[in-house]
Amino acid sequence: MTLPAGLARILPMLATLVLLVAAITVVSPGFLEISVANGRLYGSPIDVLNRGAPVALLAIGMTLVIATGGIDLSVGAVMAICGAVAAKMVTLGYPLPVTLLAALATGAACGLWNGLLVSVLRIQPIIATLILMVAGRGIAQLVTEGAILTFSDPGLAFLGSGAVLGVPFPVLLWTAAAVGTILVLRRTALGFLIEAVGVNARAAYRAGVNTRVTIIAVYVVSGLCAALAGLVVTADIRGADANNAGLWLELDAILAVVIGGNSLLGGRFSVVASLIGAMITQTVNTGILLAGFPPEYNLLIKAWIVLVILVVQSPRLRPLLARRRAMRRGTPT
Amino acid sequence: MDAVLEARGITKRFPGTVALDAVDFTLARGEVHALLGENGAGKSTLIKCLTGAYARDGGTVLLDGRPVAPRSTADAQALGIGTVYQEVNLLPNLTVAENLMLGREPRRLGLTDRRGAGREAARLLADYDLDIDVTRPLDAYSVAVQQIVAIARAVSLSDKVLILDEPTASLDAAEVERLFGILRRLRGRGLAIVFISHFLDQVYAIADRLTVLRNGRNVGGGPAAGVDRLALVNMMLGHDLAQAETGHRARAPDDGPPAAQFRDFGRSGRVEPFDLTIRKGEIVGLAGLLGSGRTEMAEAIFGIDGSDSGTAEVGGTARRLDSPRAAIRAGMGFCPEDRKTDGIVADLGVRENMMLALQARRGWTRPVARREQDRMVADYIRRLDIRTPHAEKRVGELSGGNQQKVILARWLLMNPGFLILDEPTRGIDVGAHAEIIRVIEELCDRGMSLLVISSELDELAAYSDRVIVMRDRRQVAELAGAAVSTGAIVAAIAAAPQQRTAP
Repeated sequence: MTLPAGLARILPMLATLVLLVAAITVVSPGFLEISVANGRLYGSPIDVLNRGAPVALLAIGMTLVIATGGIDLSVGAVMAICGAVAAKMVTLGYPLPVTLLAALATGAACGLWNGLLVSVLRIQPIIATLILMVAGRGIAQLVTEGAILTFSDPGLAFLGSGAVLGVPFPVLLWTAAAVGTILVLRRTALGFLIEAVGVNARAAYRAGVNTRVTIIAVYVVSGLCAALAGLVVTADIRGADANNAGLWLELDAILAVVIGGNSLLGGRFSVVASLIGAMITQTVNTGILLAGFPPEYNLLIKAWIVLVILVVQSPRLRPLLARRRAMRRGTPT
Repeated sequence: MDAVLEARGITKRFPGTVALDAVDFTLARGEVHALLGENGAGKSTLIKCLTGAYARDGGTVLLDGRPVAPRSTADAQALGIGTVYQEVNLLPNLTVAENLMLGREPRRLGLTDRRGAGREAARLLADYDLDIDVTRPLDAYSVAVQQIVAIARAVSLSDKVLILDEPTASLDAAEVERLFGILRRLRGRGLAIVFISHFLDQVYAIADRLTVLRNGRNVGGGPAAGVDRLALVNMMLGHDLAQAETGHRARAPDDGPPAAQFRDFGRSGRVEPFDLTIRKGEIVGLAGLLGSGRTEMAEAIFGIDGSDSGTAEVGGTARRLDSPRAAIRAGMGFCPEDRKTDGIVADLGVRENMMLALQARRGWTRPVARREQDRMVADYIRRLDIRTPHAEKRVGELSGGNQQKVILARWLLMNPGFLILDEPTRGIDVGAHAEIIRVIEELCDRGMSLLVISSELDELAAYSDRVIVMRDRRQVAELAGAAVSTGAIVAAIAAAPQQRTAP
């Protein structure tokens, strides 16, 4: 029996997620319980989906950037900038739609900056985006004037803690963003052109692909995703924290893309696989907390689990395992 | 003959090909020995086998009569075989002295003795008439100087054999002369020098003997004075003038409007300005040795890296061809010489590779419907007889001939008016070869204009209406009508350059 190509691609990540959930359920049996209270869903699975929203949003844009052979280290800082812009505007009394549009435009502008550095000035992506990673927190601090900029606008707060039909709004936001992006990528030729540029930019250029615009576009999408993620975390704590909003999340997003089996060298990509990767990392985070390990072990345990996942998924391991199996069969004991 | 290095029956296989097939190569003390051959003839493979970069699969190498088997270039260096590559293999940000003395710095009290190293480096360079400040970083100096420093280092480490891989590729005439002066002096000191170059004039200026490789075999050689240019080019390209000329395609030249017209078109540093007119339904062949500017001319026409002089007119309107996109909009297509790096998108399937140019032209917002794609792709798989199990097969996994057909299909489904084919039949099997020739002739009968670059001169002569011959980045001859023949092309390639009146 042959699986459809799309399903075959994400099967290893799905299997990893299922195994992980099973393991956590053994340690803490209540993990899979979902309850309804005050018209809202509660439980660890909902918590994973909700807490994982920022990284899931970042992973969408990061997948596209990595598909072109690039990387975007600035997304954490862009989250902080966009969150600060939103908090600032809402406290200045601008209406919510204007505030949201301004935050998104800020994210897009950050992406445009990165894209221009990479495609026009041909700076290596890791360096080009490092510039904004460092400068971005400074820009956010300028916007918040050094303090944590709190607000009480219920509309903006809804983005972080609201719920629709019992489902937390961040969950709806990232799933909608993912579905929208995937539709645009696969219903238009954008996904195809991104993959062509990622596999062989020279050949794509010679076939008439506008490689420059394609590369700028993926960084703009990444900036937009970072803006959404920044809005979620800012809304969640009802305040813009220039120093800590999105801190280290660029690394979690890259990790999600890698766990999703996407090559850092670019080329074929799967947004769905990256999203499962994001949920895997969030499940690890939540699972560690539930299992009741002392919190000082969390980071180490997480690192170990990630290492095991990556080694198990590594294509190099497969022939090795196959050879051992064959050897065991071949030698009589 | 006083042989310092004797290689017998060197064989090297790569998966699917025999890169070297029992090659003999003898190098005498105190000679400059030119190693010649077209791309893929096996020159670099032979060098790599001699210097230990590759392990040979068969044959023996004798150095001073003793069998050797270097396992790395460092190993070969210690045995006395030094190599200098075209891209100077030194460290540009270290000083000249550090580059010369790296790995054997004089020490004093356990520390590197900088002043001692400087003195030693200056002494080494004195033999090369190179009076430069050895404490400055290497990249402060020209490529020519860097080359000489590399040679000085190689000779000081290895005193028997010096291998120079295309040392003159980026040097101007005066720098070449200076390099040759140094080589003559080293030769006088008894060093055996292997000189790899595509420039025949230079080969005749410096080489005592030569060896020609073709398709991994030693196809001839001898004292340079005893091999004339024509015989040499024939050896390199694999033609025999005695062999019957293939019939030239008889076709009345079209007097219709030109499909494309270029005046003073060029790109400095890559190809000298040229004039070129191609009529509707005409096949123009472009011949010349490797490095003659054939590919550079084609790339300039297709807008790769842009042009910086002259005008272009395609399909009757003036165009600015500053990118492949602009060239494609003007109705052009280009099958590149290096399929793997410039042509195929290896990880994508046959269908996506075929659709790439058309989709890029339409833009990302207007995808070609999948059913339409499948129809076009199935059509071209059948018409070009592409051997693939299905349309989604990764192109990287197809054979070279089938990859070439996929790229051909990529352009044909755009229905271009003017198509450039750079070495369309290189490295592909005989069956696919014949089919590609058939397609070329068919296209032109349908009114498409073609510019075809090829080293397969018999083929080129057979299907071209006109043949342009290039040498040293400029057009040196144009053959038309009945004058197009393999022999005439070979003669034009080999013709000695006219004496320059001014020095």
